Amino acid sequence: MSFLANFIQRAMVQGIPLLFGSTGEILTEKSGNLNLGIPGIMYVGGISGVMGAFYYEQSLSSPEAMSGFLAILIPLLSALLGAGLVSLIYAFLTITLRANQNVTGLAITTFGVGFGNFFGGSLAKLAGSETASLSVVETSRYFKASIVGSDSGFFGQVFLSYGFLAYVAILIAVVVTVLLRRTRLGLHLRAVGENPATADAAGINVGAYKYGATVLGGAVAGLGGLYYVMDYMGGIWSNNGFGDRGWLAIALVIFALWNPSYGILGSFIFGGLYILPVIIPGLSRSMVEFFATFPYLVTIAVLVVTSMRKKRETQPPASLGLSYFREER
Amino acid sequence: MANKSATAEKKQREPLFHIVKRDGLRPWEPYAIRAVAILLALIVSSLLTLILTGKNPFLLFSAMFEGSFGSFRRFLSMLSDLAILLCISLAVTPAFKMRFWNIGAEGQVLAGGLATAACMILMKGWPIAVMIPLMLIVAVVAGALWAILPAVCKAFWGTNETLFTLMMNYVAIQLVRYFVTVWENPKGSGHIGVIRNGQLPAIAGYSEIIPILVVATAVALMYVYLKYSKHGYEIEVVGQSENTARYIGINVKHVIIRTMLVSGAICGLAGFLLVSGTDHTISPDTAGGDGFTAIMVSWLAKFNPLYMALTAFLIVFLSRGGGEIATTMRLNSSFPEILTGIILFFIIGCEFFIHYSVRLRHKKAAPAEVAADADSEEKEDRE
Repeated sequence: MSFLANFIQRAMVQGIPLLFGSTGEILTEKSGNLNLGIPGIMYVGGISGVMGAFYYEQSLSSPEAMSGFLAILIPLLSALLGAGLVSLIYAFLTITLRANQNVTGLAITTFGVGFGNFFGGSLAKLAGSETASLSVVETSRYFKASIVGSDSGFFGQVFLSYGFLAYVAILIAVVVTVLLRRTRLGLHLRAVGENPATADAAGINVGAYKYGATVLGGAVAGLGGLYYVMDYMGGIWSNNGFGDRGWLAIALVIFALWNPSYGILGSFIFGGLYILPVIIPGLSRSMVEFFATFPYLVTIAVLVVTSMRKKRETQPPASLGLSYFREER
Repeated sequence: MANKSATAEKKQREPLFHIVKRDGLRPWEPYAIRAVAILLALIVSSLLTLILTGKNPFLLFSAMFEGSFGSFRRFLSMLSDLAILLCISLAVTPAFKMRFWNIGAEGQVLAGGLATAACMILMKGWPIAVMIPLMLIVAVVAGALWAILPAVCKAFWGTNETLFTLMMNYVAIQLVRYFVTVWENPKGSGHIGVIRNGQLPAIAGYSEIIPILVVATAVALMYVYLKYSKHGYEIEVVGQSENTARYIGINVKHVIIRTMLVSGAICGLAGFLLVSGTDHTISPDTAGGDGFTAIMVSWLAKFNPLYMALTAFLIVFLSRGGGEIATTMRLNSSFPEILTGIILFFIIGCEFFIHYSVRLRHKKAAPAEVAADADSEEKEDRE
């Protein structure tokens, strides 16, 4: 029983950064913007949060002087701001300047990963601190703090043992689902993603919706990076540690059929696939690497099957990847 | 911008500025715009370096130059980086021209490289004259195989090729990781050391020369293929409008699959050149992100193989220069990626000003503001 609880708990923890990333990307894609910069944006979110926490810790005389409220608020706002700003670059280039979305997204990823690794590797030195590596363990304690009763048996371990950001991830996924499906705002956003010219003719402000969805989506994805460093890694930044999780988040968008609440289940499945090879006893190192192809293979299968079935509800937004210029009809 | 005002107000008020499509640009003007963008990007990146290091930016540029032209070795190694990037850019170009977003070059290169490495490791004691053609064929087939799956699905069911090819990258990367642990040498090190068997011969002691020559030939061939062959024409038509292509009797499915075969095959060639020609080993970083950079190179050069050489040079120059700065100034090795990112933002952004121009609000629209803005607007009108 405890093995199962342990498995579920670890799968959830692996899945949470992907859930943040995919919810953010779904929001963005629903406006017709295929943001391939998400992996970079998640790096920026993570490092911005760490930077905020680092400077806050540096400004204190002793760890006891730390206020729990600020210790959470500062990294949270830094991550949202950092990721939001980088998404704004993407939004400006693709929406206002109508640049190609794939090219811009990949440039954002190059930039974001470089940004994360650069400051991750040299922030401590630039700030003149004695410690060589970048770690904000003190702040991380506040992010890891879990609800009372998390050690009380199966239920506690499976449902109550996570830091608050994990619940935020699920909450955001549910809110975005409701927003997209049940509100006028969501209807307009979907209209923009399906056919911007029609949306424009109906009086919807296409540019504003695209900007809003892209920047907000990027900020949400940035929280995935923050969760990874602050909770999963315990506040210790390691370069390239985030790995290919950003791309897995994009895979999850497809797997979840552009529905964030399927994304909750999907992130759990992906997280499970991610740790499955580690948990199976007696598996050789090479087989671990082999199993790691599964999330991608599953995604490809979903992509192909949905395109074969051509069900309207499960297709990518029709104008995905295309820029909109009103005078080009 | 232009959309904003139309919905909000019922009164006839023009927005502050207005975007119109340009036509009749003089031939040199696009280049001038791009040059200005690159200049701006260099200014921003030298400012950034200045803030981070506090060193004189001119020193930085000389360090940058040093990275590519410091010595003959460096120059040759720059050329070989350039050749590989250019080869992958050539590979993705026919697909892009057809509006098939093949962003799976990274995976296709790795598939080719993996196949080459497999030959080098498993075919111990074979004569080199047999091995090289065989490795080339295997690599090209592996690259093509990686590309053809998304192409078939796209042709028959309209599967989104951007997402499919993207996923194929990570399947390839994980497969390479798998085989690296299978073949690792020495055991437990987590990587494959230099494979002595089956290397492309070095000319005058430099192993980089053959890959450079091969890619130079490929540039010329690709230019001819796209511009003067029937295939090139079909690719162009399918890219412009699938309906037109169907109307004039082009078999669109056939063209999609054939073009992706070409695209994947050249990626496989790049993998072969990397593994057998320059690196003599394989790791998940063998393609090193070039598969993604190539997409930007190809797009920025407007799919013209000759301009591609220039764009690729710019990117290689920057990343080597950034690396040199990072070493001399003892900055983190990720510094060049930030610089490349900034420069790309500027080049991507400047394309807009080549295709569109921004006009300020016309005089009669807002009479109250005419007096104040008259000077600047007159200037605008005259231009």
